[in-house]
Amino acid sequence: MSLIIDQVDLSFGALQALKQVDFEVKDGELFGLIGPDGAGKSSLFRIMASLLIPDKGRCLMHGHDVVKDYRELRKIIGYMPGRFSLYMDLSVEENLAFYARVFGTNVKENYELIRDVYEQIAPFKKRLAGKLSGGMKQKLALSCALIHRPEVLILDEPTTGVDAVSRREFWDMLKKIQNEGITIVVSTPYMDEAEMCDRVGLIQKGKLLEITDPSKPYENDQAQLFSLKSEKGIYAYLDRIRNMEGCKQAWLFGDQLHVTLHSEEDATRVKAALDGWGDSSLEWLKITPSVEDRFMGLISNSEAL
Amino acid sequence: MDEREHIIEVKDMVKKFGSFTANDHLTFHVEKGEIFGFLGANGAGKTTAMRILCGLSYPTSGEIHVAGHDVYRERERIKRKIGYMSQKFSLYEDLTVSENIHLYAGIYGLRKKQIAAREDQLLERLGLTHVRNRLIREVPLGWKQKLAFSVAIFHQPAIVFLDEPTGGVDPITRRQFWEMIHDATEEGITVFVTTHYMDEAEYCDRVSIMVDGRIDALDTPAALKQQYESVNMNEVFLKLARS
Repeated sequence: MSLIIDQVDLSFGALQALKQVDFEVKDGELFGLIGPDGAGKSSLFRIMASLLIPDKGRCLMHGHDVVKDYRELRKIIGYMPGRFSLYMDLSVEENLAFYARVFGTNVKENYELIRDVYEQIAPFKKRLAGKLSGGMKQKLALSCALIHRPEVLILDEPTTGVDAVSRREFWDMLKKIQNEGITIVVSTPYMDEAEMCDRVGLIQKGKLLEITDPSKPYENDQAQLFSLKSEKGIYAYLDRIRNMEGCKQAWLFGDQLHVTLHSEEDATRVKAALDGWGDSSLEWLKITPSVEDRFMGLISNSEAL
Repeated sequence: MDEREHIIEVKDMVKKFGSFTANDHLTFHVEKGEIFGFLGANGAGKTTAMRILCGLSYPTSGEIHVAGHDVYRERERIKRKIGYMSQKFSLYEDLTVSENIHLYAGIYGLRKKQIAAREDQLLERLGLTHVRNRLIREVPLGWKQKLAFSVAIFHQPAIVFLDEPTGGVDPITRRQFWEMIHDATEEGITVFVTTHYMDEAEYCDRVSIMVDGRIDALDTPAALKQQYESVNMNEVFLKLARS
């Protein structure tokens, strides 16, 4: 195991930031931690990076305890915090050289590992980091976190606020880094990024709700989940569906509604009712839940707030 | 839809910073009461355009009217007719829920009596009456974002500008937020919104996609998906912004 999180609790005063968080990450795995702001993602990542001490529980990385063996631990991890820790008054190449030296290496030694990422910003290597665009800062921060060839790469919300194209490119880069044998733990508030991970943990209000492999259908899945589509637009149908007997919840989902019913019998009844609505373009299909559906099923309406 | 009033009318808008052209001859309009999605990659020029439409910066050239007012000569009038909310800045953390409402409503020139009546209504509707005297920083993010939106439309503006309003909130709150947006349009408010969540682009009546300072596509989500042979708006966006 690359990483063992063992019953970790953390509080800030009255606020319980992490509640008995418990999971493991395998060697070479790309593990995603998905949840909204305030779920506890950054606190957990700071514990992994030995920057916060948990109130209870243990965290081991390649056998090193993050509290007792923090000196050893810091040599084998690369940590990219949400607010990039770059020196804004140093140039691009100075930042990289600085991080390499802090970790007792030089840029040349591991250049192959960062080549793909760094070459995209190399034309600006004389520019101060403070003068880079957000996307370029992100690439420089990733290069700096990788320059000592860590065994585990910890990335705290690297794609937040980044457009859909740059996000896709970033995940392509992560896949390549994973292929170099580096274990990656990454957090994100974007549910659609779950499918890029080998496994994901869903976290909300300090609690790990579930760990799942997005490529596999959910085992023992009892959910009666349906999608509703119409050429006339679906927003007008939202309240109508919610008020139907048997409807557990219904939400907008791209150009569809995703509707969860209580039972199979409800499905038959709802289908019959829809046929009577007089909209021939209605499409009602049973679907398998995506990670986002799953997440919404796990947090009840009131917990969402 | 053609007969609908154009609440925003932009003709040949150019904005240059030195030799850099941030907005390169933009021409488009927004119809009254619609949800208009303003998409584009980071650095495509969205924020620049939005600042001009909000009366915060002058264009280099072009003819632009917002809520019937000229962006060169009538910026103060524009500001009174719009609302604005972003994820990064919305409410004052060290003021209470109620103080934030009074502050914003006061800035927009509402009278005390009006404010009091609408405040009660608003808090009731959001289910936030019990936290009215709590500091904003103690209020969960989801509530905060919903409140920020309500405050941005508290003075019943003609248009509300939303700059990445749902960043970081959980998937259910995000959807509830969009239901609030729909409700606002039913009251006649026009919504101008940016987002990085491509499923949210589907909730808009029409969507424009900016690439390198230009608008490369503008249509309904359904028409864009058809035109770019894509199953969803994410694919449309990737095809346009990558090419």
